[in-house]
Amino acid sequence: MTDNEFIWRIAGGSGDGIASTSQNFAKALMRSGLDVFTHRHYPSRIRGGHTYTEVRAAAEPVKSRGDGYNFLLALGDSFARNPQEDAYYGNEEIKPLSENLDELREGGVIVYDSGLLDASEIEDFDARVEENNWHVYDIDLRNMARDVGREVMRNTAGVGVTCALAGIDLHWIEELMSDAMPDKILEPNLDILNQAHDMMLEEYDIDAVDVTVPEGSHDEEQVLMSGSDAIAYGSLDEGCRFISGYPMTPWTEVFTILSQNLPKVGGISEQVEDEIAAAALAVGASHAGAKAMSGSSGGGFALMSEPLGLAEMTETPVVLIEAMRAGPSTGMPTKPEQADLEHVLYTSQGDSQRVVFAPGTVEEAYTQTRKAFKIAYEYQIPAIVLYDQKLGGELVSLPASHFDEEPNPSLGSTLTEAELAEAPHDESGKYSRFQHDVEDGVSPRSIPGQKGGRFLATGNEHTPEGHIAESTANRVAQMDRRTQKLEAIHEELASQGDTHQTHYGPDEATYGLMTFGSQQGTVEEAVDMLNDQGYSTKALGVSDMAPYPAEEVTEFIESVDEVLVIEMNASAQFRGLTQKELGQYGEKLSSLLKYNGNPFEPLDIVEGFKTTIIEGSELSGAETKFVPAAGD
Amino acid sequence: MSAFSAIGDGQPTDQDDYTPELEPQATWCPGCGDFGVLKALKGAAEELGRSPEEMLLCTGIGCSGKLNSYFDSYGFHTIHGRSLPVARAAKVTNPGVEVIAAGGDGDGYGIGGNHFMHTARENHDMTYIVFNNEIFGLTKGQTSPTSPKGHKSKTQPSGSAKEPLRPLSLSLNAGASYVARTAAVNPNQAKEILVEAMEHDGFAHVDFLTQCPTWNKDAKQYVPYIDVNDSDDYEFDKTDRREASDMMAETETALHEGKVLTGRYYVDDSRPSYGQEKRAIGEMPEEPLAERYFDDSYEWERSADLFLDKHK
Ligand SMILES: Cc1ncc(C[n+]2csc(CCOP(=O)(O)OP(=O)(O)O)c2C)c(N)n1
Ligand code: SF4
Ligand SMILES: [Mg+2]
Repeated sequence: MTDNEFIWRIAGGSGDGIASTSQNFAKALMRSGLDVFTHRHYPSRIRGGHTYTEVRAAAEPVKSRGDGYNFLLALGDSFARNPQEDAYYGNEEIKPLSENLDELREGGVIVYDSGLLDASEIEDFDARVEENNWHVYDIDLRNMARDVGREVMRNTAGVGVTCALAGIDLHWIEELMSDAMPDKILEPNLDILNQAHDMMLEEYDIDAVDVTVPEGSHDEEQVLMSGSDAIAYGSLDEGCRFISGYPMTPWTEVFTILSQNLPKVGGISEQVEDEIAAAALAVGASHAGAKAMSGSSGGGFALMSEPLGLAEMTETPVVLIEAMRAGPSTGMPTKPEQADLEHVLYTSQGDSQRVVFAPGTVEEAYTQTRKAFKIAYEYQIPAIVLYDQKLGGELVSLPASHFDEEPNPSLGSTLTEAELAEAPHDESGKYSRFQHDVEDGVSPRSIPGQKGGRFLATGNEHTPEGHIAESTANRVAQMDRRTQKLEAIHEELASQGDTHQTHYGPDEATYGLMTFGSQQGTVEEAVDMLNDQGYSTKALGVSDMAPYPAEEVTEFIESVDEVLVIEMNASAQFRGLTQKELGQYGEKLSSLLKYNGNPFEPLDIVEGFKTTIIEGSELSGAETKFVPAAGD
Repeated sequence: MSAFSAIGDGQPTDQDDYTPELEPQATWCPGCGDFGVLKALKGAAEELGRSPEEMLLCTGIGCSGKLNSYFDSYGFHTIHGRSLPVARAAKVTNPGVEVIAAGGDGDGYGIGGNHFMHTARENHDMTYIVFNNEIFGLTKGQTSPTSPKGHKSKTQPSGSAKEPLRPLSLSLNAGASYVARTAAVNPNQAKEILVEAMEHDGFAHVDFLTQCPTWNKDAKQYVPYIDVNDSDDYEFDKTDRREASDMMAETETALHEGKVLTGRYYVDDSRPSYGQEKRAIGEMPEEPLAERYFDDSYEWERSADLFLDKHK
């Protein structure tokens, strides 16, 4: 936790415009030269229900939501249920204020809309304020907004107040509003922004507040992007022009971005009857010659299990996206978790084979989605991008150049008609689509409509021409060839200069933190804090779930005395995978788990590490759980 | 120039072209109605001059799914119940390909029923042949969604308590724009109907009565059959929804009373196909998507040009 950062939490009701206000605010801070990172918290409801977004900004890189926060703008839940109508829910309107106090840091600032909220309804409010040395400003934002025109503009009024207190130059906000808002609403919004800002300077003592926005500058032009954006853009740049899906939170974001944009570039989006169809359509489109994808979250992905196996057996390239959310079953739809790892790795019958990447950051989401397509089409195998609600939804500032890449529309190991003319065929003229002895196990494919390419694709075991066959020799040859592809992929991934795994911290360290997917940035911040406190620590963020990067992980584990594995699930799935793949280290890997619906904060890890690994004590509290090393 | 020169090449074909010379394992029983579908399909493809390499035949799992083994073309033998979603995606990706989906009554009306409804609703320009033997053939004779009420099988030892599904009515209500029933024992009508179905610009559903002498012992051979379009006993307008609907209901009931009615039940030539609808709203490219991947001169769009500005 540095004092040199600003973490602003805007809280209100779902439907109060929290998302767009916070996005604009984050972008304004990014443009002012700061690195920003946002974190969304929302219930699985459309209207009503307490929601907030945090915007963390600092001059140095920010990789997680941070620990706690230091500035609260509580708007009040304008869609809250009327307590008279449904007493069970009590007074929800006050929740954006009352429910956000626990994590507010000492010396923090509270601005709340006194037009909607009455702090005296909160037990011990004044005492807590005094104890924590908070600075409280009750401002009638609603009335201010009403005077200028519409009540919804109280968000803008709140931003004006924030800028006055935190010392943010209004022109960053004005510029952004001018870009983002249509003329009709721009004028009144600019008015209220300035009014609220100036009123604060004139009427309030703001010098007491020491939560201010730091100054920073970027060497390179920045963009504010989410994991969902990155996955969608990575797909598009890899030539994907077909998507099929069925809505399910949080996968819906990627599906929406591509559904809105693919048709604009001559692509096709299909919203279909269920996820079995969604995956089967992607297979059909790929078979017919498109770069195709589908995806879902846990429940929908479960339905894709059989088409996934069909893609494997028919060697039809396809990319599937799995956006994890808290399970089992419907679980907690809007909460992040990393508990579908085993589901994604092992679902579907037989010795099925696939590639699974779990990107750790927004940049990796872009790069690894592209790689997933590349591998899928070169090796004719399904590739899965596994992420979660956290990575999908968080907005991060990044150099624009990272996304300024050339497209790769190649269909990979697919033949043209001219090449087919030279390729092997059986006596009846069927193309030998599934030849036994081929380099890396990859037998190039043809596409329906091509002259000289006809073959049968089937989920049954098959001969080189695709005929259903159960002879033992052919079976073994085909099975071995399909397996060989995975070995070749493993080799390709390991030999690329820049592997998908991210090493962080000093080369030499006593302790290791290991994680997969979206917790990477948080773990890295924890590593910095631990080293500052004198605990020699380094980290490894693993993205290749299949094929597993055994050599690289072994090297990491060997280089430290002890490893704590960090993951957001209750059954230590990633640690289990690591032990299974490496066949050892049971005595060296312990786990820190979190599965309460919230992602790790850096301090969870720092405290968890010190308590368990250093002191050997029990963790108190129910937020995280420690599972000690158990032997192999 | 097209990357798919088999499409529309207009080369004359004969039935042998659809027969794989290397005879795969024979899996259909002697006397099985499935042979009738194979024959009718070969005849229709020949008549329309569709070459094996411009056709994609997608099947499900069942005895019926083995159609791919005997019919030489591009083929995709999918999984149980899922031929339609695979087929329709192939159609939108490369509309020039003649796409035919086929499967059993269990495959299409049971496990794949949801896809059947939605593919009909979308009115894809394809032909869907359901081998309706009123039984699960491949898994050895269990009750299927079209088995008559009271039908006994190993899994319904006291006879089915369920009314059979009404495939023609379901198809009409779901949105198919061509609905017909034919029978394996009626090869001429079967071929004609398949020709019409393939020529039809929309979802053409053919409920094909295929006797299963092995498991459906009490099944009729679907003779004698009556063609409702030819018979003087039946008068209806197949372009009129209501009249078609009544005729279908009568046909479905009659089958279980031992009377085999067949023919064209509903034909709507005016309804645009899914591809036409999608193109009209700008959601499907005019040039087949599949061609683009073989077009070296195509300038592929980049996300950086399209989107980066709005993130700055
Ligand atoms: C998901 C799944 N469930 C069950 C099966 C087993 N199975 C294969 S074919 C079939 C039913 C076949 O009946 P039908 O579709 O009418 O085809 P027929 O054999 O009569 O032509 C079943 C239950 C399977 N292959 N896949
Ligand atoms: S079991 Fe019935 S449907 Fe299957 S091949 Fe034999 S006769 Fe035909
Ligand atoms: Mg059947």
